[in-house]
Amino acid sequence: MPLNLDQYIGVHAAALDVRARRGELIANNLANADTPGYQARDIDFRQAMARAAGDKSVATTLSTTQPGHIGGAASANAATNPDLKYRTPLAPALDGNTVDAQIEQASFAENAVRYQATLTFLNSKFRGLMTAILGN
Amino acid sequence: MSSFKAFDIAGSGMAAQSVRLNTTASNLANADSVSSTAAGVYKPRHPIFEAVRAQLATAGTSQAQPAVRVRGIYESTAPASQRYEPGNPLADANGYVFAPAVNVVEEMVNMISASRSYQNNVEVMNTSKDLLLATLRLGQG
Repeated sequence: MPLNLDQYIGVHAAALDVRARRGELIANNLANADTPGYQARDIDFRQAMARAAGDKSVATTLSTTQPGHIGGAASANAATNPDLKYRTPLAPALDGNTVDAQIEQASFAENAVRYQATLTFLNSKFRGLMTAILGN
Repeated sequence: MSSFKAFDIAGSGMAAQSVRLNTTASNLANADSVSSTAAGVYKPRHPIFEAVRAQLATAGTSQAQPAVRVRGIYESTAPASQRYEPGNPLADANGYVFAPAVNVVEEMVNMISASRSYQNNVEVMNTSKDLLLATLRLGQG
């Protein structure tokens, strides 16, 4: 029976991708911590993971009601990506900036640790595979 | 490659904050540069930041690179303060010299804020680098 590597790795590859995107987003929030009018954003992890896992109920596609219709795929564009949400500000600055540097730092650290956890999962998967291949 | 975006973002943040530090240094250094005319006095400078993504999105560019940039440095229009110093060689006919409208306390606060934000960006860059290196070692141990 051939081994399906995608199935073997499971959800971790997609999780790594979502974690990397979330890291970029929080990095952007921190870079714009002093930009007037900038609104902090974050990723809806549950929704993004569900989409990555192929759950059609959360995927934003055009509905195809006629045979000739083309179902557009979900856009990866940051402006229209439905996984991206705005943070609810605790204390927005007078210039309209809603970045709370402490919250962003905490989220970034949390995201980094979870990214490393996903990497560890992936590594152990590969190690198991190598054990099975080499047999020692 | 998308994995390196975090470096660009953090780099743009560091560049913007260092511009802010530069203007603060300039303002503080010139806090006591008096002049004999109100027009010739040093004017405090402040940078204005803006998010790049919003700007590119309106231009319709699909390759919008999220980051921050300095839109410009504006000179404060606050009026220069007048001081009566008849002994000063720069004093005008009435014995007044003009000092720039630099608020030293405000500049110090700006400096600390810029320095903290810069450190935040450095931290983001370091963490991203560690994560990326760990990803490169994936499957090796």
